[in-house]
Amino acid sequence: MIELLQQYGQAFLWSDGYNLSGLAMTLWLLVASIVLGFLLALPLAIARVSRKRLLRWPVQFYTWLFRGTPLYIQLLICYTGLYSLEAVRAQPLLDGFFREAINCTLLAFVLNTCAYTVEIFAGAIRNIPHGEIEAAQAYGLSGWRLYLHLIIPSALRRALPQYGNEVILMLHATSLAFTATVPDILKVARDANAATFMTFQAFGIAALLYLLLSFLLVGLFRLAERRWMTFLGPTRG
Amino acid sequence: MNQTAYAMPADPAGLCTQRLAQPLSVAGTALHKLQVEDLHKRYGDHEVLKGVSLNASSGDVISLIGTSGSGKSTLLRCINFLEQPDAGRITLDGRTIALRQTRGGTTVADKAQLQGLRTRLAMVFQHFNLWSHMSVLDNISMAPRQVLGVPAREASERARAYLDKVGLPARVAEQYPAFLSGGQQQRVAIARALAMEPEIILFDEPTSALDPELVGEVLKVIQTLAEEGRTMIMVTHEMGFARQVSSQVLFLHQGRVEEQGSAQILDHPASERLQQFLSNRLK
Repeated sequence: MIELLQQYGQAFLWSDGYNLSGLAMTLWLLVASIVLGFLLALPLAIARVSRKRLLRWPVQFYTWLFRGTPLYIQLLICYTGLYSLEAVRAQPLLDGFFREAINCTLLAFVLNTCAYTVEIFAGAIRNIPHGEIEAAQAYGLSGWRLYLHLIIPSALRRALPQYGNEVILMLHATSLAFTATVPDILKVARDANAATFMTFQAFGIAALLYLLLSFLLVGLFRLAERRWMTFLGPTRG
Repeated sequence: MNQTAYAMPADPAGLCTQRLAQPLSVAGTALHKLQVEDLHKRYGDHEVLKGVSLNASSGDVISLIGTSGSGKSTLLRCINFLEQPDAGRITLDGRTIALRQTRGGTTVADKAQLQGLRTRLAMVFQHFNLWSHMSVLDNISMAPRQVLGVPAREASERARAYLDKVGLPARVAEQYPAFLSGGQQQRVAIARALAMEPEIILFDEPTSALDPELVGEVLKVIQTLAEEGRTMIMVTHEMGFARQVSSQVLFLHQGRVEEQGSAQILDHPASERLQQFLSNRLK
């Protein structure tokens, strides 16, 4: 066990000697996909609840597609599927992008988590009491101001519990990255296992690291809920 | 050009005769602060308003009474276009809101004019409709800041002043609405309306959602406002209160004004409908 830690401890935590690996890589995958997914999901969620079909339908189709297929297949398509297309390789920009495993992985992760986040935010927007929106309109707020000052702040708070869940699910989903040769926690564990045959210890350390991360995330979201969701009232606190 | 400016006859002469026809005018400007003329509103086959008119002068307190379904709330909501009237016209300070015909009825032709109207009319709702994720202070100062462009500091000073005016202690400023009683929430909503420093306040059954013992505190605030000479239009079921504060009472029945006059009509109703309505209520 000590040997294993001596040999692979650093790789498990931040670097395999050449590149980012292990915990640091998993965190990078998580943060990058969550942040990009969030930024994309906000406007898409607004389109998702739009009364205009031309805005709503494409987003509905997108979330249906990405929530309707396994992430692993999405990753395979991004990582190997697209690059097998002649048209992609012929384009220098696309060729450069899809040649890097990390790009393909992030693309799949962002598109996947974004689809779920869109539905979470859209649900939260629908949950804002209609009277509050009406009051804002009666007081002269409309268009982007209505979104900026009322709908988005209210929806984001209401979405916190479900969104926290999505972030934790995404943390665990990043463990698929090893299939695209990205050196995340699980990839290091598999390497350690293959080299030492200390299977229980190698995967046990990986499990502990994920457990630690989830513990931190749960704590963070609990703090955030306490900070931003007390408005729901004394019984909900 | 599918824009129909309802109140704008094409020839200036027509405009003149129309103005002369009004009961009171000073230097060609109507004295009425707000005029609602021949308002129609239908939902599908059901016509809720069948041509309702109303004139509010500065300082008027107008009570709209009637059974539920008589159209009084719809009338109030049409005044600031939370509902789109199908026909009719609304004139504020002599300027008519131009309406545009659409498939489903009408909409306000000029968005900026609608915004302008809405900043001059503040509304208090039956279910308060406070913004639940904002503190009381933010509820009161948000619209002045974001819509009227009042600087943040001034807006929160104003908010605290109005909070005091509606009789709430300063410590509720930082609380969320859900932690307050219904009566307190409605008083916050009134402070929110006052902070816009509106020309007219619209009250849509301000005490109907309150527990009986909380009604008094809200009516007291509204009464103070009436005594200050604020112009208010109020849908209410509180007949005693309406009698006390109203300069005009409109009794609506099935989408029409059945009877209107001073608060006296509550004591001496002329129409059979109003007699019936009042006797049913006072029992």
